[in-house]
Amino acid sequence: MLDIQRLRIRAAFFQAVRRFFETRGYLEVDTPIRHPLVIPEQHIQHIPSSSSFLQSSPELYMKRLLALGGCEKIFQICHCFREGERGRIHLEEFMMLEWYAKGADYTQLMKDCEDLIRFLAVQLEEHQFPVAVDRQWEYLTVTEAFAQYSSISSEEALERDCFDEVLVEDVEPHLGTQRPTILYDYPLALASLARPKPDPLGLAERFELYVAGVELANGFSELTDALVQRQRFQQEHAAMAADGIGQEEAMPEHFLSALEEIDEAAGIAMGLDRLLMLFMGMECIGEIVSFAPEDLDS
Amino acid sequence: MYAASDLRKGLKIQIDGAPYIITHFEFSKPGKGQSLYRCKLRNMITGNQQSQTYRSNDKFEKPPLSERKMQFLYNQDGEYHFMDTENYEQTFLTADQLGDNVKFLQDNMELDVLFFGDKPIDVTLPIFVNLEVTVADPWAKGDTSGNDTKPVTVESGYVLQVPPFVVEGDKIQIDTRTGAYVTRVKE
Repeated sequence: MLDIQRLRIRAAFFQAVRRFFETRGYLEVDTPIRHPLVIPEQHIQHIPSSSSFLQSSPELYMKRLLALGGCEKIFQICHCFREGERGRIHLEEFMMLEWYAKGADYTQLMKDCEDLIRFLAVQLEEHQFPVAVDRQWEYLTVTEAFAQYSSISSEEALERDCFDEVLVEDVEPHLGTQRPTILYDYPLALASLARPKPDPLGLAERFELYVAGVELANGFSELTDALVQRQRFQQEHAAMAADGIGQEEAMPEHFLSALEEIDEAAGIAMGLDRLLMLFMGMECIGEIVSFAPEDLDS
Repeated sequence: MYAASDLRKGLKIQIDGAPYIITHFEFSKPGKGQSLYRCKLRNMITGNQQSQTYRSNDKFEKPPLSERKMQFLYNQDGEYHFMDTENYEQTFLTADQLGDNVKFLQDNMELDVLFFGDKPIDVTLPIFVNLEVTVADPWAKGDTSGNDTKPVTVESGYVLQVPPFVVEGDKIQIDTRTGAYVTRVKE
């Protein structure tokens, strides 16, 4: 449980994040936390709430708002929930920041990340960020990172079904150690909602931001082709069925038709608790939330 | 059976027929990736350490471990013999298995012996043991080197540093977790 001093830092941090987006003309939105239908993602377990699910991300409804005429840039700070995720940098309930911009692609989001972290470093100057943010950030493709830090290529790791293990054990510890690292151009198979790169084939315009080995954000150029998105969802459903995860196979039809209204867009999700943890120099995410799971009455 | 989500530091699991204890645990999940349960494990019989990463659908046997109250009888040729205080059954562990614990064994001492199935694999000593000092050099009076301890040998053969006033025949209390002198015991 946080003392008043840390609560104040947490509040100042959220205020600074809001200020960043307000000064850039982003509209703050809020969307329902309970979702009757969730988009299929093989490795995310949703927490049921009555006949709905608690959101694992506000993505679905934020993209629908983005499809509205006149809504170019939006952001949201909200609680998200993922069952069974508990560790040094994981909480089942955590604070997510997401922002979406029409007419943008993932390179714009990378720039946004640089601007946001540098802005926050100035605003929260009494709290030392663990790495140098003013230096040129490191940009590494997934292919380059695997070549540099592991004994097998990313294609090989995918083929042998050990991509996640190699990423976590061999690659991640080297990311963002001296300055923030942008890891980009993921295999298409690992980017269900991202737009494919025109060239080379088999990659998607997806990236992750890493600081001190901690993954902070996941962003991509949005896949706006509703037909392709429908096929990706069907593939995800099939993969989940193969894993024995029972899930209804209904499609988020409103979302799919909203996609048709968006020509080009990019969106990103950032774990705000993790970012605050780094600013406060803490090792555990539970140390910077108002109540850690152990603090709750049960 | 344990599920991957049960894994945590201190949990004991069975792998390939051997008991292991998890000495370090970390939950990982790369963005959009799967949950990974990263463990460092120690084989409770051989002491060998290894690292393993598990996935959500991995399952683990619970090792058949049990503790029995036993009494230390004697040491013969590096075999340390113990007797069950309830059914008088006897068993032994080797010096290798006991490791540092042999420093603190005393005839008739009662302790917990850990069994894997019907095989003894480890002992848990009392936190404090009282052992008799068998060799103690008299303190050289006028020693100005500033040392305020001297080495003595206790009945198990263990040598440790104690305050200068401890003499041969004294009983001293030792903390088995650190091996350090605690106090002189009057009996």
